[in-house]
Amino acid sequence: MAGKTLYDKLWDSHVVREESDGTCLIYIDRHLVHEVTSPQAFEGLRMAGRKPWRNTSIVANPDHNTPTKDWDKGIEDPISRLQVETLDNNIKEFGALVYFPFKNKDQGIIHVIGPENGTTLPGMTVVCGDSHTSTHGAFGALAHGIGTSEVEHVLATQTLVAKKSKRMLVRVDGQLGKGVTAKDVALAIIGKIGTAGGTGYAIEFGGEVIRALSMEGRMTLCNMAIEAGARAGLVAPDEKTAAYLEGRLHAPKGENWTKAVAYWNTLQSDADAQYDTVVALNGADIAPQVTWGTSPEQVLPIGSTVPDPAKEADTTKRTSIENALKYMGLNANTPIDQIQLDKIFIGSCTNSRIEDLRAAASVAKGKKVASNIKLAMVVPGSGQVKRQAEEEGLDKIFIEAGFEWREPGCSMCLAMNSDRLSPGERCASTSNRNFEGRQGPGGRTHLVSPEMAAAAAIAGHFVDVRSA
Amino acid sequence: MKAFTTLNGLVCPLDRANVDTDAIIPKQFLKSIKRSGFGPYLFDEWRYTNYGEPGMDCSTRPLNKDFVLNQPRYQGAQVLLARDNFGCGSSREHAPWAIEDQGFRVIIAPSFADIFFNNCYKNGILPIVASAEQVDQLFKECLANEGYKLSVDLVAQTVTMPSGQSFSFEITPTRKHNLLNGLDEIGLTLQHADDIRAFEVKHKAAQPWLFA
Repeated sequence: MAGKTLYDKLWDSHVVREESDGTCLIYIDRHLVHEVTSPQAFEGLRMAGRKPWRNTSIVANPDHNTPTKDWDKGIEDPISRLQVETLDNNIKEFGALVYFPFKNKDQGIIHVIGPENGTTLPGMTVVCGDSHTSTHGAFGALAHGIGTSEVEHVLATQTLVAKKSKRMLVRVDGQLGKGVTAKDVALAIIGKIGTAGGTGYAIEFGGEVIRALSMEGRMTLCNMAIEAGARAGLVAPDEKTAAYLEGRLHAPKGENWTKAVAYWNTLQSDADAQYDTVVALNGADIAPQVTWGTSPEQVLPIGSTVPDPAKEADTTKRTSIENALKYMGLNANTPIDQIQLDKIFIGSCTNSRIEDLRAAASVAKGKKVASNIKLAMVVPGSGQVKRQAEEEGLDKIFIEAGFEWREPGCSMCLAMNSDRLSPGERCASTSNRNFEGRQGPGGRTHLVSPEMAAAAAIAGHFVDVRSA
Repeated sequence: MKAFTTLNGLVCPLDRANVDTDAIIPKQFLKSIKRSGFGPYLFDEWRYTNYGEPGMDCSTRPLNKDFVLNQPRYQGAQVLLARDNFGCGSSREHAPWAIEDQGFRVIIAPSFADIFFNNCYKNGILPIVASAEQVDQLFKECLANEGYKLSVDLVAQTVTMPSGQSFSFEITPTRKHNLLNGLDEIGLTLQHADDIRAFEVKHKAAQPWLFA
């Protein structure tokens, strides 16, 4: 019998029961909750007279609607405020292990606060009504996004009705060049397999490049698994995982810590494990990436030119390129490093952790944001990240360079609060989606790494951070 | 959840690949704490020429006449015909809520994004995966024939065209059963509460730190 993949091990250890058609009831260890996708689930629970099965599995926090400045004014938009207050009231009524209300010193993006408080652990199943739950797979946890009906299902039963996914291994061997980051690896993978390449799969990321990535880098990579169509991304835990978790608020302590680490060491794919698909890349071939279109797969290395639809034979693809260029206001064959920008956004659950901010600050240090940039903003992922950055003086570097230093939240990744692009504005963004209207109606998003975003802020247009 | 058995419905063709959930229902409408009333905002940025805000009366908003949903021949459509990777992006269930509220009960596409696909079943919507060639044929026939309808039979797992030609589709027995009967999944799962409790005891013994 062939060995098991990491995904098989995580799945098998959570099956409560299995129907004859392969539909399973999967036990959920950790339930992350935010204000946007939970109100209807709590309301459903209330209407059915049900209670959460295990409220100590819940880690909750508002993040999508919260403003990133003028916190003393509260939430000005009454509809946003009601949604955040609804979460406050639901947690008060139903309970949670962790709740950081708006303006709490530790509040932040749910996918940043989970790991930093030790509430995401290897071997867990983690769900959230948010597609970027794949982030937590960086710890060797089976983590994926769910809809609101499933949020209610997990609240009421601590389980999910699910079928096993296929298994894909994405191997990245070799070494990354200077200035090339986990974000570039993620975008290069999506460029190779497409935004539907991972549909139906759980992707395990392996190889020398992945092992060399920090936990922050692995979170960036797994975060973007959903942009490749895979609900879950995974990296096997190792000594870096344990080192990151040790001593965190809810991480195991004492005897439990020793036992936990021993168990986590078994969470590796067996040498003879079989995958349904294997994709291989070489780290040395990956250059800093920039998306040019309205889907994350519309991505190219810096140094390329925007594609020419006339050279595309496939009709559907040609139409997609034409639509994207029209929306993005770009001409075919324009060199990417000549694309001028209006705004810069450094933040989001993809790239708002301390390492991301350090990397961006190292590029911005002693320089000034270009005069054509209307707004360059840095939005830390959480209160903890913000304090750490301020202790290191990163806030001063950004402010002196002309960036705005904001309060934590999802902010302009999806523009549910007032941080957004105006129609036609062009943004270099460290977030995860360049869909039409994502950062504001008519806004134009180019996805890049924190280093590339900072370098673009200084130059006023895209540049190769390796030679900036 | 509404049950689904059969449907003979008008088809609306949305000829675009990679339609994401931000396009299906833009973020500003996600601020609602209700699960109904999203239909008028379905495809908001494509459908209207002004910027939509929650609570707006959509009957007075300027329409984008070129957008397929606004064309008179597709009014009252119940079957949405789409291209590859429909529903990609965010997990927002507001997307199927908006589609259902608009009156669609069936979506036919060559492929769907996983989370969206799963969310459809929770809301009485039947997502049907058909081959790219089959979908191409449906687009051609639909565009060529005003009033083009398809008959969908969940019991037989078939889609029948006006010509009488038909094709079959796959669905797991569990999903089919739940959809045919409009079952409350939470109620069904709670019938296995003893299994969940037994699993929890075993799981806690093996990994006590998960319950600390």
